[in-house]
Formats: sequence, structure tokens, C-alpha cells
Amino acid sequence: MTQIGKAISRLEGWQKVTGSAKYAGDYNVPDLLYGYVVNSTITKGHIISIDTSDALALPGVIKVFTHQNRPGLAWFDIMYTDMDAPPGTVFKPLHDNEIKYNGQPVALIVAERFEIAREASALIKIKYEEMHFETRLDRNIEKGRNAKKGLATALKPPPPKPKGDFSLAYDESPFKVATEYRHSTEHHNPMELFATTTVYEGDGKLTIYDKTQGTINSQIYVANIFGLHFKDVRVLAPFVGGGFGSGLRPQYQLFFSVMAALELKRNVRVTLDRKQMYSFGHRPQVIQKLRFAAETNGKLTALSHLALSETSQFEDYAELVAEWSHKLYPANNTLFSYKLVPLDLYTPIDMRAPGGSTALHAIECTMDELAYQLKMDPLELRLKNYAEIDPSTDKPFTSKALKDCYLKAAEKFGWNERNPEPGSMTHGNKLIGYGMATGIWDAYQFPARVEIGVNAEGKLLVNNATTDIGTGTLTVMTQIAADQFGLSLDEVTFGYGDSKKPFSMFQGGSAMTASTGSAIVIAANVLKKKLLDKAKEITNSPLKDAELKDVMFTHGRMYLKNQVEVYVMLTDIVQANKGKTIKTTNLGAPHMFDLRKYSKMTHSAAFVEVEIDKDLKTITVTRAVTAVAAGKIINPKTATSQITGSMVWGISKALYEETILDENLGKYMNMNLGEYHIPVHADIKQLEVIFVEEKDELINELGVKGVGEIGLVAIPAAIANAIFHATGKRINNLPIHFDELL
Amino acid sequence: MENFRQINLLVNKQPYTLAIKPYVSLLDALRDYLDLTGTKKGCDHGQCGACTVLVNGNRVLSCITLAVMKDGAEITTIEGIDHPLQNTFIEHDAFQCGYCTPGQICSAIGMLREGKAHSRAEVAELMSGNLCRCGASMQIIDAIMEVKSGGSNE
Amino acid sequence: MNDFNYHKAATIDEAVNVVNENPRAAYLAGGTNIIDLWKYNIISPELLMDVNQLGEGIIETSDGIRLSAFITNSATAWHPLIEERYPLLSKAILAGASAQIRNMATNGGNLLQRTRCYYFYDPNVPCNKREPGSGCSAKEGYNRIHAILGASEQCIAVFPSDMCVALAALGAVLNVSGSAGNRSISFNDFHRLPGDTPQLDNNLLHDEIITSIDLPSKGFATNYSYLKLRDRHSYAFALVSVATGLDLEDNIIKEARIALGGVAHKPWRVIAAEEYLVGKAPTAENFAIAAEIILQGAISFKYNAFKIELSKRAIVRNCLMALDPSSQLPGSQPSA
Repeated sequence: MTQIGKAISRLEGWQKVTGSAKYAGDYNVPDLLYGYVVNSTITKGHIISIDTSDALALPGVIKVFTHQNRPGLAWFDIMYTDMDAPPGTVFKPLHDNEIKYNGQPVALIVAERFEIAREASALIKIKYEEMHFETRLDRNIEKGRNAKKGLATALKPPPPKPKGDFSLAYDESPFKVATEYRHSTEHHNPMELFATTTVYEGDGKLTIYDKTQGTINSQIYVANIFGLHFKDVRVLAPFVGGGFGSGLRPQYQLFFSVMAALELKRNVRVTLDRKQMYSFGHRPQVIQKLRFAAETNGKLTALSHLALSETSQFEDYAELVAEWSHKLYPANNTLFSYKLVPLDLYTPIDMRAPGGSTALHAIECTMDELAYQLKMDPLELRLKNYAEIDPSTDKPFTSKALKDCYLKAAEKFGWNERNPEPGSMTHGNKLIGYGMATGIWDAYQFPARVEIGVNAEGKLLVNNATTDIGTGTLTVMTQIAADQFGLSLDEVTFGYGDSKKPFSMFQGGSAMTASTGSAIVIAANVLKKKLLDKAKEITNSPLKDAELKDVMFTHGRMYLKNQVEVYVMLTDIVQANKGKTIKTTNLGAPHMFDLRKYSKMTHSAAFVEVEIDKDLKTITVTRAVTAVAAGKIINPKTATSQITGSMVWGISKALYEETILDENLGKYMNMNLGEYHIPVHADIKQLEVIFVEEKDELINELGVKGVGEIGLVAIPAAIANAIFHATGKRINNLPIHFDELL
Repeated sequence: MENFRQINLLVNKQPYTLAIKPYVSLLDALRDYLDLTGTKKGCDHGQCGACTVLVNGNRVLSCITLAVMKDGAEITTIEGIDHPLQNTFIEHDAFQCGYCTPGQICSAIGMLREGKAHSRAEVAELMSGNLCRCGASMQIIDAIMEVKSGGSNE
Repeated sequence: MNDFNYHKAATIDEAVNVVNENPRAAYLAGGTNIIDLWKYNIISPELLMDVNQLGEGIIETSDGIRLSAFITNSATAWHPLIEERYPLLSKAILAGASAQIRNMATNGGNLLQRTRCYYFYDPNVPCNKREPGSGCSAKEGYNRIHAILGASEQCIAVFPSDMCVALAALGAVLNVSGSAGNRSISFNDFHRLPGDTPQLDNNLLHDEIITSIDLPSKGFATNYSYLKLRDRHSYAFALVSVATGLDLEDNIIKEARIALGGVAHKPWRVIAAEEYLVGKAPTAENFAIAAEIILQGAISFKYNAFKIELSKRAIVRNCLMALDPSSQLPGSQPSA
């Protein structure tokens, strides 16, 4: 293993710093038409009429699609479904005249130029019949009900059943806290606008450049709706300008681009504008109520976490919110509940650390309150309740180095210099606050197929349909593949971002390295056997009596472990195969059978320092340390960026970002990057990452667990706790506006 | 209304003549008319910095500039850049998805030319017009500081 | 979004004549706001008259400095004369927008930028400023960023500029050209309160154009400070901002200027508060009394009550920061 574990710079870096990296909206194919979407300006009701005549009269406008003239499409709901569709009825663009949410796409203008299509959009006149709507979670609490079950429920089961007698235990415990947290809506806002460029190839064939986190997901969606053969629909996404969950489902620009291309038999690009990026999927509003109780010694006796979240009127989007406390902390009495309220909004969609980042904020702030009540150091309370086996299932962990995370991060941060008294630490006219929190995330793995082969030049070719949304997938997969054959990175080509490549799920849930990475190891082992078999066929092969366990690979050679000088060049093996690439395609899948006896989790501990102006209450996160236990780290450079990037998301969630939902209008009001605040460079100070050693021989072939979300989950609570430490004030609703501290 | 104007742009030292309507932004002119797609559209309203280009050496937002306003101007886009920052960005992993990167680099070059940033805090402040949703802020400022302090490998 | 005509003016007279003849013509300078508004379909001009490259930069006059309206905010903020003699203006400009926008936006355009009220920017909801008579969505809506001073039943929007807060404090005078000739407008008479005509941000006539800004000789270059409080550390509009200039002699205030931003339809100056401070010691207690005077009559809405207390504290802090201008941090953050 010489590449795995190395801090390699991104292999596609040069393309990204020279502008040659092409994203979905960058393909200027010949005779391209431009689509611009028109969105509903009401929240609920019906379209009475759409007058497109002025738009059509504008020179350069080719066509306006509405529900009245859209082509015949697949009839059944199931044909619109996608791999990430929650239980319910998938939204079908231009299906009929019903308006289900504000911003719903109601027309597509196709024109010879982008500017013309945009100009025409202002000329479309729509008459609506408006109906009463409900969009506020806090005004519809009584409508909470259990989530419907469906395919997606497998990954997001309802919370576990109660244990013991929560009410009695809570009442009788000497220390207890009851808390409530409210989170507002958030939108992913990747920097890249959602765009699809569809190339009409004729004969029912399409090449589609799509902004997606799953090329095959988009391929299936398109083929089903438009009645095309899977093999005739090729979806490419070699560069994706961020996803954070928003690309887990095919978004409507894909539908529109393909519909127009097929109808007009032309190449069509549809790019959403920034405002339209708020018209599909978001992190839902959530209200959480927690009650934790403990003995005098700090041992938890009772845990209750009740969560109420929003979904749309047509799909039941669910998150894992209520159960996380019991995956961290033992208690004999528990009560968890997760309910949904359907509202007149679009269906929420997973957004970086869905559920977990929402829940851990509440859980770890509640733990902090309990620590103060117990007059116990918050870190000590966590250690007192440290779970060596998963308390929610009584199963052992495949690995758990959380204790190391706590101790290493605390030391690096200087936690022992903390005076626990709120407001006691100052620097000039700033109050200083130290806060800490725990993070946990599931170590997901999805099935993936990998094609791997050696060509006549002795190069290793590896293929999988996964995307690289900025996570470092290209680099990491190349490192993994190179090590299987002892090759250097430039001897390996990893092909990805293409639905033609072997199967990959969408890129989400911190699962990709485990999924495709493990499949590479499995396929490489099959290829090694194939190569050995072929090597034996060579006349006077020096390896003719060798078995797979006897050989090793390095520098383009297969050689005997015990006799390094006995080898065959891989190029000679391919030569003997008439120069044809020797390859294999194999499936990698989670070790479901072995792993059913285990709990598989990633952990982290975050320590944060805030500075708060004594008079003005402005808040600065001056430094943060996160220690992560996520199994083997393939590439410390890209993994560190995943963690620091997530820490920035944590800072953002705690202090900055929120989509403002107007209570009277039923619509979002800050659908732009000027008023939807994400951190700017000046907000980000010192971030430190520690990867603790965590050897996991059970989890998968590589011992990896994924690092996409674990860096986020602990930060909001650590910040809120630091703010309490600095000011003595608990602000439980996110984001925390500094003025709430006045 | 036949409302086309002929304009001349010197982009990355190459002269272009364009017949264009006044309402075409410089960003769309570069991307859709000149096929220079390295400059990115992130918001189209002057709120993210992804479309930053250098006009006569000054960093500006091409999305809220009309192409006709820059008739005769010298424009540098990411495709025309050859600067040590490109290496330090790679070395410091100063991007993840890469979408904001062309704007970050053009902006940083403009900032260095302005010569007004004298500390890390001032660099961060003067680069705050370029958003990065992947959260690479710390690495971006690291990459710029390395060039600023002359520690580049170039 | 509409197609529009474009003309590059060779002279101010030419620009004024053309705009005067067309009620749907507008002046175009940096474009940072007008193109944004056009893309959101808030305005649909028939003609944009490009007035860039008119005017003469920054010149010294017998009693101060004349700033061209047509040079950029960056060129102004970083001009040696401004940095040396009007550092308050420099600080305020640099606290606004981003470096790129300041490289584009002109001084005249800065004065003419429209409010950032969410409801003004959404053409599909009622807004009296955008569509007189349609109603104000902000009053009953999410009004965290809205006015606490000088608002009306019709409109509670705030004026977003930072530069103008300093210009108000400095007592600038605007020189304006129009078809009826040239005139000067003192800064405090330029922007309007919304009253019953919230669609009018200022007192310029349709064809009038700001050509230059006169800064009086007194620049408060020794004791000044600009403080901007916002939801992130940079690149966000002010919730509250304060510009302070003090003239001190033997630790007694000879003259004080305090202007507030982010709280009203125009930069907010209360002469009575400034007069109160004259002859007093520059203490937190005295500044607090001045702050109370400035905030007299403040009225808050559901989500912006904090602005009243925040304004008072910001005034006190900024006046104290003015005693030691070196305490100001980048981006006009509060002193450490």
C-alpha cells in the first residue's frame, strides 16, 4: 500500500484551475437551443389559463411547452420514480393545471438564445385560481403523523420502540432537562446552477450532460418517462459543481431539456437560475423536543427525543432524527418519535448530513445543559456515558474510536484551560466561549459494479458510473486501484461520471469510497486471478505452477512473493491475449450477512471557540478542532477538505443560513445568495482536523467509513454550547442571530 | 427591433468582433458567444463572484456587466491565466467541486494587483466577494497567502 | 429581462437630453444594481444611457474636495486624498458590497441604489415602492431587516448604502445636472422618507443626473469610525451601521457627526444629538445620551425590535472607536 494513505493533490486539479473542467451547462454543442423555465407565482390552486401568444411572437422563440401542449408521457407514477424517491406520488412537471407549491415549473420556453427565452418568460400571462395553503410547520403541529413506508424506508426506518418506562424514570431521576429546538428551512445552493444539455443524436438516442449526483439515476428516470431504451440514454457528469444532496434526485431541468430535445429533435440546454434553485428540495423545518435525565453521578437514565418535520402533500420525505442519542448513550428508558406534517411545499430532499445534523444539535445541546445541571464537565459527561456497544441495538461496533476523538481533540484544543463558569473567560472587550459536541453518522455502503482491466500498454483501466461532486472520488479511486497492482497513479485511469460505466448508486450519504472503493478491491482480485491464468498460458511461463496466493504485483509485473526475480510483465500477458485488454466486471456489496451482528458508525468530536462582543454580541468562530474516527483514510488531503468543508457547513448552519418562509405568502423570500447567507471567507478562521487511528477489519475490504457528513454534525451544537459558555444564554433555534444575545 | 451592436473585445490577448444585443451580459457573451466557458455563472446577480474576470486588469463581475459596455476593453478570463496561484490552489486543495475556482483565482489576481491586503484578515475580507459552498475558504486563503508572501514554487 | 436600447454618452448634456425625451430611459453607470433589477424584472427600461467615463476624478476645490460621480467606489476609497482627509468615507465605502462590486459601482450610482427589501425584489407580491397602491408585504411579513425610523404606513424599507452614511455624516453636497440646468442638493435633502410616495427614493427628477459630490473641508480625519453590523463578517447589507466623526480639543467635543445606516429609508442624522455632545467629554455616558436622542421615535415591527437597542449600543461603541481609529478592523468590524 503505497498510494493509500498518501496526501495526493486532486488529479483533476489542473482542469479546475484553468477553466477547462466542463460542467453540465458548459457544453456548447452545435445548433443549441436554450430553455428557460417559468414558475408558478401562487402557492396552491389551479391554472385557469396560460396565454403564450406574446412569447411565441417574439423572434427567436421556437416553442412554449405548458401542461396543455406537452407531449404524451409515461402515464404511471412509477415511471417517474427515481432511486431516491420517498414513498408517495412523484411530482410530474407539466402534468396538469394543479399548482402544488410556489415556484412549481409551469412552462418551458425554448428559443435560439438564452436571452430571448428569458425575455419571453416575462411575456407569458397566467391566470390562477388560488386556494388556501399551509406552509408553516409550527402552525400545523397537530397534523403530525407517522411517515408512510416504502423502498426508501429501508435506509430510513422509523425510530426504535420505547424501552423501559420513560415517564417514570424521568420523573424519578434527580437531574433532568427538557428542551425544544426549532430549525428553519435550508437550501443546498451548490455554486453550480442546475443545468442539463441534451444532445439529440437521432434514432431515439440521447447524450445528456446533467448536473446530478447519480448518472444512472438520471438515465433510468429519462428512459422511463420518455419510453426510451436504457442503452439509448447516456448521462454524463464528469464535473459536478457541488451537490450536497440536491442532485440525489433528477431535477426538473433534466425533464425539460430532454422533453424539448425529443419534441424538437434538437440539442437543448435548460439552466435554472439561482431563484429556481429554491423550487425543488430543501432541508426541512423541524421541531424537536428532548427530555434527558440522569443519576447524580451523571449516568443517563432516560432519553426521549420527539421530532416533527415537514413533507410535501405528495411524498413522505423522512430523515433519521429521533434515534441518534441512543446510538451514542446508554439508558434503560427511552421514548422516541418521528412525525411528519404534510405542507404545501415541495418535498424536502437530503441535504448534507440529513437528520443527523438536525438531531445532534438538539442532543448535544441538551447534554450540555445536563452537564451544567450536574455541575460536571461536558466532556466528562460524555465519557461517563460512553457506549462500548451500540445501546440502541446491543450490537458491538465494527470499530469505535470516539474516545480517542474526544481526548485528542480536547488536548489539541486546550479544553482543560476552560473555566466552566459562563461569561468568565474574556479577551479585551470580547467574551470567550468554549463548547464541545459529539458527532455520529452511519457508515453506509451501497452495491457497486466495477470494470477493471489491463491494456496492451500495461495501464490499469477502472470504470464505474459514480460522479465526483468535489469529494475527491477520482483521486481516491485511482489511489485504491493503483495499490491493488503496485502501480503509480499515472498508470491508472479511472473512468466515471458516465451512465455507460458499470452501476453505481448516487453519490450521497458518505458512502462512495466504501461502495466503489470496495468494488475495486473485489474486481481487482478477480482480475489478478484472470491475469495469472493468462500468464500460465504463455509458453514456458515462469509462473506456470504459481497460485494466486503466491504472486504479487508491482511496477507492471506479476512476480512470485518468495522469488522476486521470477516475474511476468503485465504487458506480456496482454500480448499473449492478442493485445486485447484483459478485464473483468464485478459487484461489490456490503457484507450484509456478517455485518448484521454489528453496528457500523462513524464518530467525531468537535471543540469550538467563539468570541462574542460584550456589547454588540457579534459572534466569531475563532477556532474549531474536529477529531474524526472514520476507519482508514485513503487520502488525508481530500479527506481533510471534506471535514473542514463540513465544519464550514456546521458554522453556516449554526450562525448563518436559513431560507425565509413568508408566513402570509407561503413562499420563500430570500431566494438568492445575497440574502441567503452562506459563510464568506472572512467568517472562516482556524479549522483543524485530526483523523484518529481506527482499524476496522469488518466493515468492508478497505476498512473505510466515509467522511462526507461526519465533519458537520457536531459543529452546530459545539457552537451553541460555546455561545452559552460565553454569554450564559441558550439560543435553541437555528440559525442563531447575534442580536438574540442582546 | 434589430438591436445588434458590433463590439470589439480583446479577450486573453485575442481580438474578437461580436454582433450582439445590448442586453447580453459580458458573462453570457464569453460563455455562449465566444465559447469561453471557464468563467462560471453561479447567481447571475452579482452575489457570488463565480463570474469574476479581469477587465483592463481590474476584477469585476461579468454577470452584471453588459458586453456592450466593454467595447474595446482588454479582458482576461481563467483561460488566459498563467499564474503561480494555480499551483498553490492545487497544492493547498483550495477547491473541491471547482466551480467557484476560476472566479476565486481571477479575483485573487485582481486583489494582489490592487495591493491593499496586508494581512491574512485583510486578504479574507477582500476575497469575501467570492463564495465557496464546498467550504474551502481556509485553503483558498492559504493558497493566496503563499503566493503573496512569495513562497510559491513557481 | 426585456430588450433595451443602449447608448454611450459622449457628454453629460447629451445624456441628459436623450433621457429627458424618453420617460423609460435610465442612466447606466456601474450597472451593479440596475442590471440586477432588470434581470429580476423589477424594471424594464427602454433605453440605458451609459454615462461611464464622464467626469474628472477627484479634485481639490477652494473649500474641500470634489468627487466625480462617475468614478468607482474603489477608486474613491483608495484615493490618497480620501484616505488622508476623509478616512471615514474610505472606511464606509470599503465596508460595502465586495471588492469586485466596488470596482464597478460608481459614486453616483451608490447614492441611487434601491432598497434590499425582499418584497421589493419579488415582482409577484404586493409592494408600494415597486407598485404604488399594491400594499406593503413587509409590514406583516418577515421584517427583520426593515426600518425602525422614519417609516410610513406605505413602506418600511431601508436604504442599503454604506458610503452614503459617511456622506451624510460629512455633510456632503451633490451637484446635479438636468434639462432645466444645474443645481446643488445638500446630502440630507437628497434621499426621501417613504411617506405616501414610497416609489420615490430621492429628489432627483427623471432627467437629472448626479455629476459630482462636494466634500466640505472638515473631514474628521483624526477621530472617525465606521461600524457595520450584519449577519456575516463581510458581503452583507447592514442591519445597523454607524458613521462617526468627532472634532476634539483638550478632550472636549467641539463638533460631532453621527449618522446611522440600515435603520431608515435614508441615512439617519439627528442634529440635536450632535449638538448635545458639543462641549461634553467623549465618554460612553454622553454617547449613550446622544444615542437615546437619535433613537427617539423609533418604532419596531415583529422581527426587528432588536435594531433599536443594537443601534444605541452601536452608536456608543462607534463613538468610542472614533477616539482611537486604529482600533478598527477590516470590514469595519467592532474593535477587538
